[in-house]
Amino acid sequence: MPQRLPLPDAEALCATLAEAMRPHVDPAATALVGIHTGGVWVAERLHAALGLKLPPGSMDVSFYRDDFHQRGLHANAKTSQIPFEVDGAHIVIVDDVLHTGRTIRAAMNELFDYGRPARIDLAVLIDRGGRELPIAPGFCAHALSLPAAQMLALERDADGGLSFRVIEK
Amino acid sequence: MSFMNGGGNPQLNRHGELNHLLTIEGLPREVLERILDTAAPFTEVAEREVKKVPLLRGKSVFNLFFENSTRTRTTFEIAAKRLSADVINLNINTSSASKGETLLDTADNLAAMQADMFVVRHASSGAPYLIAQHLRATGRDHIHVVNAGDGRHAHPTQGLLDMYTVRHYKKDFTQLTVAIVGDVLHSRVARSQIHALTTLGVPEVRVIGPKTLLPTGVERLGVRVFNDMREGLRGVDVVMMLRLQNERMQGALLPSTQEYFKSYGLTPEKLALAKPDAIVMHPGPMNRGVEIDSAVADGGQAVILPQVTFGIAVRMAVMAMLAGN
Repeated sequence: MPQRLPLPDAEALCATLAEAMRPHVDPAATALVGIHTGGVWVAERLHAALGLKLPPGSMDVSFYRDDFHQRGLHANAKTSQIPFEVDGAHIVIVDDVLHTGRTIRAAMNELFDYGRPARIDLAVLIDRGGRELPIAPGFCAHALSLPAAQMLALERDADGGLSFRVIEK
Repeated sequence: MSFMNGGGNPQLNRHGELNHLLTIEGLPREVLERILDTAAPFTEVAEREVKKVPLLRGKSVFNLFFENSTRTRTTFEIAAKRLSADVINLNINTSSASKGETLLDTADNLAAMQADMFVVRHASSGAPYLIAQHLRATGRDHIHVVNAGDGRHAHPTQGLLDMYTVRHYKKDFTQLTVAIVGDVLHSRVARSQIHALTTLGVPEVRVIGPKTLLPTGVERLGVRVFNDMREGLRGVDVVMMLRLQNERMQGALLPSTQEYFKSYGLTPEKLALAKPDAIVMHPGPMNRGVEIDSAVADGGQAVILPQVTFGIAVRMAVMAMLAGN
């Protein structure tokens, strides 16, 4: 049986994250980029809550992963979509869970292939520890510590509601 | 060719993953769909400021072209470069082969230069198989082989990019009628298209051409045969034109190219017999006024240039999948 953790409410964390970001974003100029798949859902929530003008982008970092030569190409790579000018933009990368930091490294590399942002921030719902790179979130709604054998996944139900689940690796 | 059948599918590794791409024949539907799905995100890479992703960084891709083909070689080269690979082009009919080096000696020499992938075009059917089989027999299966066209046998990446194009415009394979028109006899493209279309569930594939340019027994591949183009085009969703392979024509299979155009050239008048939203495809290079009228080639139903664009993404997907397996 998977260990039952008192997992925080994902919807409440989205609201907390939006409030933490509010003083630091410019609704007319700040752009969000969600990382597939969970990060895209969170970015949609933040975009609505913060009333941002620029449409949110999405990225699938499969082409930039550092484990390609061990694990091959991810089976369901999605198309990255950056519907705004990256040059000179203030961009917040949005993900559901921050773990090793490798996904964020890949995301930053990918973003720079679209242009040169003026500034990049990182917003996550949960920081679960276990960093392997010098990457820290500027905005984080919740921190907890999970053993390496457990994975935290954000899920979306039929009505669009978000919730967390623990997966044993 | 017995080595094509022996020992299971020579294209797959022991985990059932694609290790080489030699032919579409015999590949499961899931593998074809996976390639098409994987190609989709690669189409977007070409629209970025930096049209490059780092998947094949540090890898060496050798384009081994024993037969001339500027277009196919260029698209493979662009695809490999957009994956950040180092690309080395060898036109072998002008170098070692003319000095007498064998196909496998050439492969061995390049393998000794730490090649990671061979893209092979050869006038003889089966040449890429021979290289793949040799690599496996000598324990060098980590070098991947992509068939870029072998004799009359197969041109799998062309077949796949055609499928990508069909899916892009028509979405669902399982409701379509597709006509392949022209010199099927000499066409490796037609063979790859037929295998891909039937594997992906197209219920009706037609081949249209004069008896002299259709292989005997072609209906055994699961296609309907038409010698009358007007009859064959009636109600089709997709028209796949083939190039009249002049350089392959041995003997008098045709009275003249003018006669051919009259019977089998795709004109606006003949295209009107297909469905109103039918798309027209051609693998290039086109012989205008021979198999296709300029009014069709440049018309609103032609998707010939999108085929070229999609071809880069499909070849990127194939190379990235092989390199990752």
